[in-house]
Amino acid sequence: MAEKEVWITGVGLLSSLGEGLDAHWQALGEKRVNADEKRLAPYVIHPIAPVSFDAQIPKKGDQRQMEMWQRIGTYAAGLALDSAGVKGNQEILSRMDMIIAAGGGERDLNVDLAIMNADAQGKLPPALLNEKLMNELRPTLFLAQLSNLLAGNIAIVHGVCGTSRTFMGEEASSIDAARIAVARIGAGQSDIALVGAAHNGDRGDLLMLYSFGDFALKDQYASVWARRNHPGFAIGSAGAFLVMESREHAEARGAKPYAKLTKVVADLAKRKEPGAVMKSLQAMWPQLGVNDNAMLITGATGAEPATGEEREFLGQHPGLAVRATGTTFGHTMEAQFPLGLALAALSISRGALYPANDPTGLEVEKTEAPTQIVVLGVGHWQGEGMALVEAVS
Amino acid sequence: MTAPRDKFGRPIVVVTGMGIVTSLGGGKTDNWKRLSAGESGIKTVTRFPLDSLKTTMAGAVDFVTVDPFSSTSLSQRLAEIAAEEALEQSGIGSKGDFPGPLFLAVAPIETEWPQRLEVAREVPTKDFGIIDYLATCSGGKFAHFHRRFTFGSVALNLAETFGTKGSPISLSTACASGATAIQLGVEAIRRGETDATLCIATDGSVNPEAMVRFSLLSALSTQNDPPQGASKPFSKNRDGFVMAEGAGALVLESYDAAVARGARILGVVAGCGELTDSFHRTRSAPDGKPAIGCVRKTLADAGMEPEQIDHINAHGTSTPENDKMEYLATSAVFGEHTKNIPVSSNKSMVGHTISAAGAVEAIFSLLTLEHQRIPPTINYEVPDPAIPFDVVGNKARDAKVTAVMSNSFGFGGQNASLILTREPA
Repeated sequence: MAEKEVWITGVGLLSSLGEGLDAHWQALGEKRVNADEKRLAPYVIHPIAPVSFDAQIPKKGDQRQMEMWQRIGTYAAGLALDSAGVKGNQEILSRMDMIIAAGGGERDLNVDLAIMNADAQGKLPPALLNEKLMNELRPTLFLAQLSNLLAGNIAIVHGVCGTSRTFMGEEASSIDAARIAVARIGAGQSDIALVGAAHNGDRGDLLMLYSFGDFALKDQYASVWARRNHPGFAIGSAGAFLVMESREHAEARGAKPYAKLTKVVADLAKRKEPGAVMKSLQAMWPQLGVNDNAMLITGATGAEPATGEEREFLGQHPGLAVRATGTTFGHTMEAQFPLGLALAALSISRGALYPANDPTGLEVEKTEAPTQIVVLGVGHWQGEGMALVEAVS
Repeated sequence: MTAPRDKFGRPIVVVTGMGIVTSLGGGKTDNWKRLSAGESGIKTVTRFPLDSLKTTMAGAVDFVTVDPFSSTSLSQRLAEIAAEEALEQSGIGSKGDFPGPLFLAVAPIETEWPQRLEVAREVPTKDFGIIDYLATCSGGKFAHFHRRFTFGSVALNLAETFGTKGSPISLSTACASGATAIQLGVEAIRRGETDATLCIATDGSVNPEAMVRFSLLSALSTQNDPPQGASKPFSKNRDGFVMAEGAGALVLESYDAAVARGARILGVVAGCGELTDSFHRTRSAPDGKPAIGCVRKTLADAGMEPEQIDHINAHGTSTPENDKMEYLATSAVFGEHTKNIPVSSNKSMVGHTISAAGAVEAIFSLLTLEHQRIPPTINYEVPDPAIPFDVVGNKARDAKVTAVMSNSFGFGGQNASLILTREPA
């Protein structure tokens, strides 16, 4: 049976650049970047742009039950549903499938630091850990932390209630979220799905994990391609959501596509072997069936050695017009891939690829209207994937 | 080729390997023996001090050790043990070369307290803040903590060990995670993407912070003495669930592929269903509508009528709300037939293995089909009159069982159900 065509009919974006597609298109056109070198100095981060959450999360009670990553995601999910014209459409929302890529939510850093300081000063006998946690943790903070509670909040606030699956595993989780959604729609297992992720980079607690591996960019912001001698990713903040549906489903309800999502492929390179990332990308590339005149939006993080291998791969396809989201948005981790998909769909719908923003010259200008954009995601530690976003003919 | 298909024309999905670890023991044989004998794996926790805790018991798996201890490492080890058993039984592929993808249900991962404190002791400044702390994190000395506590780490290691193909998926749908892992595997086989999938669900979360967090939500039983009496699903005096550890692994295959290689078929995953509850972050809709929808979707997916279900392996957490809602939802779907269905909750004995529960209970359901004996719900001394299920109380019951529904209803509105049968419909 022929696979069904999968359309992207809704795009929701909230990031360090602002909210909504027009604001993003304008900011990208102006090559605007909101990086912050001071807030968590020496770490460079991209905090979320100021936003009033009321527009998509009307109940203050709901907002209070969430931490920032969930507010970002629930907000962006609402924007995507609005843009697909299904917001409030009970009939569709009640059978809409949802696949979210998520990490964990904010911890209470004050409680954590008090415990860690007490322990470092020899004032934390093991029994006292329980007491401090019992007395000082806010009961509801657990719900802001649990990975599947972003999906839970989207169900509560927006009524997306068909199925709800949360994938975890940093960057790869969002590649797989898109891959599984496309496979299910293509095979007729799903008609319409909400796919996305949210990430809040303004978090000292989050930097811990990446500091262990020395992945975080320090001291000074630079474009992703200019970090060769000073590698690292600047943690970014974004909510990126897409409404995907079968062409038949979209046409039956008169929905207009931004683009179609033709293919998503994913891999788990054996990174203990040097060059494994490049080999993985070389193996995936022919599966997309595009030529070197295409355009490519990558989530290259700026962390090594992955970005170095990716740069080498891109060097083998010199005709590609490349854009790195990491330069503009920072590294948005689980949101890396849906952000790329969103920008690809946006570019196709606007009939142009946004300008390059790269002093090294790897990114080149391309004036013709895009018909094919490859979205590339390489995890900072594991997981690789590609998608092909195309204009609907 | 006219391949055997289900009534919707999809490849039939069968189980050819199962592996299990719970607080009752390691492996199917021990687990079944103790489960069908009505034994409890719940004990007073000895892994860490219990001072200030309201709940002091759990179904911890203490006979499996990892060093240094972390819940993440324990989760991985439990998953390995279960997967090894499942693969050996299935005989599929070869060692380290499983011919299909991995779907892994695992608890969300973060750096744990022993490791946080290990770093804290090395911070040179007194009364340090997060930036000082982060400076000590970096430099490579603690790089192994990054490898251990990335969300993808357990799946990465399992994928390497068992040689699964493609990008492994780690998922969390709270207490429904194990069922979701199976569902993703079933869907992949039905799409014809693969002939086999390895579905694993694991949970090693008995640590102080996890217990505190569930405790602060008033979700846990506080009937600590005796610990094996705490989990009492469907009883009037139930007061919460009991945290537990464990893992379940299933090798799923298309019927064709299993038959072609002469594999023994242990059972069929006839149907899966899922429906989200948007009522509340931790509570189910009191009218049970989402659970009703979930059960109906599952029956529809299997192409079965309610009358064809002859046993329900309940979610049965032993929380006041869940068990009541579960009866409400079940009776709404099954109507008059409800009283004919023996219902049991494995959680009365193994506790709530949270992320692993859906897979652990699917395996127990398949063992129930194999042995034609329904494991009991222990501690069923004071039946709740508001839950007039035919509870298989305290003693196992021999019965003709052809189709089991296994339910998982969890935090965040996650509802998933499976229907397992002996033979293809």
